Amino acid sequence: MGLLSKKDAALITDPFADNNPITIQVLGICSALAITAELKASIVMAVSVLFVLGAGNVVISLMRNIIPSKIRIIVQLIVVATLVIIVDQVLKAFAYELSKTLGAFIGLIITNCIIMGRFEAFALANGPWRSFLDGIGNALGYGVILIIVGFFRELLGSGTLLGFKVLGDPIEKTGLYAFGYENNGFMLLAPMALIFVGIIIWIQRSRNVALIED
Amino acid sequence: MSKRTDSNLYTVLFAAGMVLVVGALLAFFASALKPTINENKRIEKQQNILYAMGVNENDETSAIFVSKDKVADVFAKYITKQLVIQGSKVTEDAKAYLIDVKKEQTSAKEGNERRLPLFVGEKDGKTFYIAPIRGKGLWDAIWGYVAMDADMIVQGAYFDHKGETAGLGANIKQRFFMDDFIGEHLMKDGSFKGITISKSNNDPKNEDKTDNEVDAIAGATITGDGVSAMIKSELKKYVSFFNTLKTN
Repeated sequence: MGLLSKKDAALITDPFADNNPITIQVLGICSALAITAELKASIVMAVSVLFVLGAGNVVISLMRNIIPSKIRIIVQLIVVATLVIIVDQVLKAFAYELSKTLGAFIGLIITNCIIMGRFEAFALANGPWRSFLDGIGNALGYGVILIIVGFFRELLGSGTLLGFKVLGDPIEKTGLYAFGYENNGFMLLAPMALIFVGIIIWIQRSRNVALIED
Repeated sequence: MSKRTDSNLYTVLFAAGMVLVVGALLAFFASALKPTINENKRIEKQQNILYAMGVNENDETSAIFVSKDKVADVFAKYITKQLVIQGSKVTEDAKAYLIDVKKEQTSAKEGNERRLPLFVGEKDGKTFYIAPIRGKGLWDAIWGYVAMDADMIVQGAYFDHKGETAGLGANIKQRFFMDDFIGEHLMKDGSFKGITISKSNNDPKNEDKTDNEVDAIAGATITGDGVSAMIKSELKKYVSFFNTLKTN
């Protein structure tokens, strides 16, 4: 890591594993439940949060010495909302198709507690460069869980990945379905996302004893 | 140990300044991008109408519209007439596709007579009548375009939604769902029955086209009911027009 000091690099790598926003801090669960029924939506959401959290952390960090502490939460909320609306408008004008896919998630980004959490816990107390790294790191840590959950839910629930029928056609009974395999419709319902997140937490903690709380 | 930023005056001034800056920024973006966004929406309407009558670039599994730069020519080529039906009065209007169905629905509730747009398309010697529909899904609006022949047998359908759940209700705009409508009858024994999104029709391959039912999407009950409802209530309004087609 020639580019980043060891401390800075940890800002990116920590949220991936030992300080993952979803599995350790248990933030951003709501959107993880809502949108992971298909892989594409998970990826789009991960990228959007990456942008908003990276940019938002920098903005808040630059403003950190002039924000009145009494109204700091409102100021944070306004910054997220402004960024999200600008992104939405720009996409609608220049990438209309993509903005239609994103449609429902735009609002969800504003309410994502990871974003407010990182503003409050990190950007308000650190410089812009470190805040930027922290934002990117947390968004990646969030995104990786979303993509894992989305992958399994779409594969087991619909038998597809990114819309491609990887297991054959359930109606024509080709591929795996010829042997009596059935899609598990339960995978598409929100509770399964929670169970998947639970399984990831279980695997993670069983491999890293330091994470287990008594 | 009071900081400068803790005073009430500073807080109020900061809030006021923030509102001004953010407001100006958003207003700038909104007005600068509005023409482009509206143009995108207009093009999308044309693409949707063409899609419903089978003019599209679909591959085996996914729905693909006629491309953005070609759509104006293609629209002019295939859509021969645009009608506005108001009561028993039928007028031609080359801008009928710009009629906002949502506004018409609201104004009809206030007692005004609804303007119903209908697009007449010609392809391979066949005539298509394409009607816009709009209704409610689970979370927000759903809408679409249904292409029919003169007997109100569906020739193609396009559905879209504002915020249905990804992987569940959002699947109404997937080919496997939209394609099921092709060939399906809207009439039953001479009267209008619509098409019901059914969970119990025992016909997942949709081989029976005269049962007025299409197989539902698992996990999308309320969105499916919304599709049934908008087909029933919106397309019913066109029945009298289709009856005049037969008598002529």
